[in-house]
Amino acid sequence: MNLTDYEKAMYDGEHGRAKARAMDLLVRYGEALGAERLVETNNVAGAFNASTPSVQPIAQKGMEHVYSELNLDSDEVVEVPHMVAHTCQLITGIDNDNWELQGVDKSLVDMQRENEKFLGRRGVNMFATCTPYQVGNVPVKGEHCAWMESSAVIYCNSVLGARTNVEGKESTGAAALTGRIPYWGFHITENRRGTHLVELDIEVDDMMDWGLLGYYIGEVIGEDIPVINGRSHQPDLVKLKHFGAAAASSGGVEMYHIPGITPEADTVEEAFGGRKPKGTFRYGAAERREAYEKLQSATEKKVDFIMLGCPHNSIDQVALIAHLLEDKKIHPDVQLWVHTPRAIKQVAERNGYLDSIKEAGGVIMSDTCPAISRRLPQGTRVIATDSAKQAHYLPAITGVQGWFGSVRDCVDAALTGQWNGRV
Amino acid sequence: MDIATEAKPGTIVLKGRKVVGGRAEGEALVTTETISGWGGINERTGTVIERRHEMRGVSFAGKILVFPGAKGSSGWSAYFHMTRLNGVQPQAMVFTRMTTKIALGAVVTRVPAITELDQDPLSVIETGDWVVVDADAGTVTVTKKNKA
Repeated sequence: MNLTDYEKAMYDGEHGRAKARAMDLLVRYGEALGAERLVETNNVAGAFNASTPSVQPIAQKGMEHVYSELNLDSDEVVEVPHMVAHTCQLITGIDNDNWELQGVDKSLVDMQRENEKFLGRRGVNMFATCTPYQVGNVPVKGEHCAWMESSAVIYCNSVLGARTNVEGKESTGAAALTGRIPYWGFHITENRRGTHLVELDIEVDDMMDWGLLGYYIGEVIGEDIPVINGRSHQPDLVKLKHFGAAAASSGGVEMYHIPGITPEADTVEEAFGGRKPKGTFRYGAAERREAYEKLQSATEKKVDFIMLGCPHNSIDQVALIAHLLEDKKIHPDVQLWVHTPRAIKQVAERNGYLDSIKEAGGVIMSDTCPAISRRLPQGTRVIATDSAKQAHYLPAITGVQGWFGSVRDCVDAALTGQWNGRV
Repeated sequence: MDIATEAKPGTIVLKGRKVVGGRAEGEALVTTETISGWGGINERTGTVIERRHEMRGVSFAGKILVFPGAKGSSGWSAYFHMTRLNGVQPQAMVFTRMTTKIALGAVVTRVPAITELDQDPLSVIETGDWVVVDADAGTVTVTKKNKA
């Protein structure tokens, strides 16, 4: 790989051991990809924090050990300096306030808090959400980023027109310390053009519709770049957030174009950059039903846990849930957790939404989600969720049965203890 | 030429590009489906857990994993990283589709890895075949189980 003089100096250890180890990882990674060089980045979103039992034995040796092993893939334990790139922490495993409800051991909470201090002093900003773009990190078009979190990456590339590949824990750890990431994939303009056309034969309007479309597209497209044509309604942040998360769960979609909506194409022709689509898919009632059926893994109608907010809810989503729950009580056998970024939770509290949800018997969770933490209320057997991503992963990770539906279906299940959703 | 990479009767040699250097040999585990890391495998056992995956319940620990590549969450590398720390990583990775997830995952799993092969490894190699991956030489040598 071709390195600049400054990168060579970092690689050779002239700027300290941490940067040398970071450069070693970036070079090994870049060569594995077949990248010719690195690109500068000043926007890193990664997974730095220590919150799981598997990290505990490493954290007991010191937080430098955690960063060295898990964020730099380095056998050498290095002293970690201040980050050089603007860097934020994505979602974590523990809600700093509701950890008891999660069933988290106090020793893990203490580890997370100690680790946060370590990272905070070094410039890792504790957004603690899968949606950094909802709480202040909104990259501009063309900005080179190094982001993890597949649902955030697809949003960053497609909706914002900024440039990132799906990075990992180790590459973001190295990028934060060096301000570099391999120049490969979505950093390069010609790799951002559409590959396949998706023609919509039905209306795609509400959040559930967009989730189903995303889930279908991920299955048929895999890792290619869909161009979606024939939309009947204007999507918003919430719908595209859900759409992208679904497409990145059933497949590996990291970028899409909706001509006239997403910033890199006003027309279908522009989205393909003058090339012909490699294939065309049609999305109609049958495909919608197929996606819906695939997301259901439950057979029992009696539900005991309702999970809302994956990716983390916007304030409007929290407001809707609060409204639907107003002056009502959830079923005594059901637990309801509503997930939103900590910064948005503050707004929800100020608006009274938090009280409405609490008075109904629900909980607002921040910093984490059940799939990441692998923690559900004790005894959970059947869940219901408005998230295609959560319905895809949670049954696999935790062995529960899962229902997928609209937010209204899920709130209804919370109130009645029964799943009554349908397409 | 290294003796192990020379084509012997009954063996097939595929040529490709090194992703991570090194040499390993073992029994092949082949799937035509991409694998999720986070949410798709159990990192303590090396077992595939994805709900509708053809390899659900099967462990890749100690196997030569032959697959199209990675899909799903960006936790891919972190989970394969942990399979190494837990000693249940595959012995080598042979794959067909390059992505950042698989590149970083192979790097931090620190096992020989190879891609861009001149024949499709997913059709040439079957589960149970004996496979030698010499990533530095850029070769995958396959001894078919049913011709041994």
